[in-house]
Amino acid sequence: MNISGELIAFFILSVSAIGGAVFMMNLTRVMHMALALAFTFFSIAGVFILLDAPFLAVTQILIYTGAVSILMIFGIMLTKHKDEENPPSFDIKKLWSLIGVGAFFAVVLWIIYQSPFFTSEETVTDFSVKMLGKSIFQQYMIPFEVTSILLLVALIGAAVLAKREEKRK
Amino acid sequence: MNLTSYLALAAILFCIGLYGVITKRNAVMVLFSIELMLNAVNINLVAFAKYGMVPNISGQVFTLFTIAIAAAEAAVGIAILLALYRNKGTAEADKYNSMKG
Repeated sequence: MNISGELIAFFILSVSAIGGAVFMMNLTRVMHMALALAFTFFSIAGVFILLDAPFLAVTQILIYTGAVSILMIFGIMLTKHKDEENPPSFDIKKLWSLIGVGAFFAVVLWIIYQSPFFTSEETVTDFSVKMLGKSIFQQYMIPFEVTSILLLVALIGAAVLAKREEKRK
Repeated sequence: MNLTSYLALAAILFCIGLYGVITKRNAVMVLFSIELMLNAVNINLVAFAKYGMVPNISGQVFTLFTIAIAAAEAAVGIAILLALYRNKGTAEADKYNSMKG
């Protein structure tokens, strides 16, 4: 395999994404976990740029590293957490879940490397933002509108759920 | 770059997220791990959009929808978590066992 710039960029981005995720699993302070996962989301945005999806990369940074991370940090701050999680004890439950997830991962990876994925001959597909907009607002118009309704319902539902209940007389 | 590298990266991230969902005790971190799993799926969708058998922009459109749904899910999840915290006084997922038979 020849070393290209794309390969180097992919290597760096995937190492930082996986590293952020692994740090998220191993850190003890909840706030540090949130920051590590924000770093992972940022690296995934870089992967999107490698895959010719610049609009998605910007959306990823705006929504995940911006909005969702801040939302989660609010969630952490509004609930009383023991600042240090319990020291990582290695009990039998963790061992079994590690074995299960590891087996699942091995099977998935085996399937990925076994299946013959046909890569396309035509590589000049237009992935511009203009095409994305045309696709959303012509072919996927109805799902787009349904998504907007869902966002509205989720907004109202979240506000109602998180509202403090009045004391019933 | 070929398709399998991206699929392998997505599989690794998905499995780390799955492990987090199973083992984390803080409910906020469980929600965060679910977001990580959704992101891994997004990588798959975008990779197939570029390197699949029929390269098509639909994969990116699906990813946009997934991001919107995931954001809504995070907001509702945090709201449910806050309501639960107000009632039970803890954010640990193990303690939410009042529906246990």
